[in-house]
Amino acid sequence: MTATGALAALGRAAIGALRAVGRVALFAGRVTARLWMPPFHGSEFARQIVAIGWLSLPVVALTALFTGGALALQIYAGGARFSAEAVVPSIVAIGMVRELGPVLGGLMVAARVASSIAAEIGTMKVTEQIDALVTLSADPLRYLALPRVLAATLTVPVLVAVGDAIGIMGGWIVGVERLGFDARGYLRVTTEFLEAGDVVSGLVKGAVFGFIVAVAGTYAGMRSGRGAQGVGQATKAAVVGASVMILAANYVLTEAFFSA
Amino acid sequence: MIALEGLCKSFGGAPVLRGVDLVAERGENLVVIGASGSGKSVLLKCILGLITPDAGMVRWKGAALGPDNRADFLARFGMLFQGAALFDSMPVWRNVAFRLLNARPALPVTEARARALDCLARVGLSERVADLYPAELSGGMQKRVGLARAIAAGPEVLFFDEPTTGLDPVMAGVIDRLIADIVRDLGVCAITITHDMASVRRIADRVALLHEGRIRWRGDVAALGSDPDPVLRQFVAGSPEGPIAPTG
Repeated sequence: MTATGALAALGRAAIGALRAVGRVALFAGRVTARLWMPPFHGSEFARQIVAIGWLSLPVVALTALFTGGALALQIYAGGARFSAEAVVPSIVAIGMVRELGPVLGGLMVAARVASSIAAEIGTMKVTEQIDALVTLSADPLRYLALPRVLAATLTVPVLVAVGDAIGIMGGWIVGVERLGFDARGYLRVTTEFLEAGDVVSGLVKGAVFGFIVAVAGTYAGMRSGRGAQGVGQATKAAVVGASVMILAANYVLTEAFFSA
Repeated sequence: MIALEGLCKSFGGAPVLRGVDLVAERGENLVVIGASGSGKSVLLKCILGLITPDAGMVRWKGAALGPDNRADFLARFGMLFQGAALFDSMPVWRNVAFRLLNARPALPVTEARARALDCLARVGLSERVADLYPAELSGGMQKRVGLARAIAAGPEVLFFDEPTTGLDPVMAGVIDRLIADIVRDLGVCAITITHDMASVRRIADRVALLHEGRIRWRGDVAALGSDPDPVLRQFVAGSPEGPIAPTG
């Protein structure tokens, strides 16, 4: 392939990616606009709060627990190189609350929820259930997408907050049991070091990541192709898309919150 | 009541509908027949607004059907889908009462459930079925629940998409009898698409044959067997020899 051909291929890929981002953004706008248009399907919203929020709690909690513990070990080992082992409680706290809690929580929810939403809505499309909604005077975006997007946007920050606490607890357990920290002293340093802005930035990230997960899942589901293969591809596209968008959004939000 | 005027639709440059003109009146079941891939489903989806036609229009009660009056049309509309298309996340009675529970204003739950039970009884299903989920039902029962859902809100227009596909002959006969009774009793304007000729003879008042994107033949069901049109004769006889070429 010539240099010109390679550049053209790169350009086509970039334009394709931008088009996809534009389509998802338009879809997200159409869903969000329905927030101000009645009717609001409250029972479907309540069902999604349970499915997205409550049922994601175990996986987010376990991820946070092990991540907090591993982080304590890593910081202790790294800090020992310049006699700074005492920073473990503060770095575990700030690392969990600002970064690892929201990002890992968001990625775990992406894996669990975006895939499930895309598969459910994709199957509904393949079996004409979405057409049936239209014939029953129900707007699929309002009935299927809005409750999921709203539920994910509201519940993922709560999951992040719970994950932050459990992650810090994981660090505390390892710090006290394995690294010889004083139990009360570890917690005192953690609470003294953390600022409200650290916690708020993590929760805002959680809300944005929840929005991304649900939008990616519903968008992929509604564009699902025919048959099992189409639903499978939609599911894969939802998880990959949500994960990449979460990591990109995390960088943008981190710049916005913490750049000097 | 519903009139199609010069309806055209192509996909990727391949024409599927090439100017379809058709009228369906109140109190009759117009059955559209045609080979697989002849555009029957596209025709229904164009009427519903699920697919936008490239040219032509759909009239309902004399007015062009569009964004201004489609919600009004759909509020008076019911449809039985080929695979029933029941919502598998909710029990049978909520499927049947879906429109009533989501209308503005919505019917109270107890009233909606009572109406759903009436509709289920109308299609021969007992109260025991009401609290089951669609996955727990046989194909024939799912079709009957779909029929109950279609009539729950007292429609003026009913569409039946391949109502007997996938059913055994006895259950197909049961569904056909229910369709014929419902169309007659409710006095609705019904359009059915099918290629099941036994079903056509049981439920049709008038028949239209869709071939190569146009209405090739139309007439009363009684004339189906006697018309000399070679396409119609081949289709009715189910013969592999003739002007209808298998798709693919």
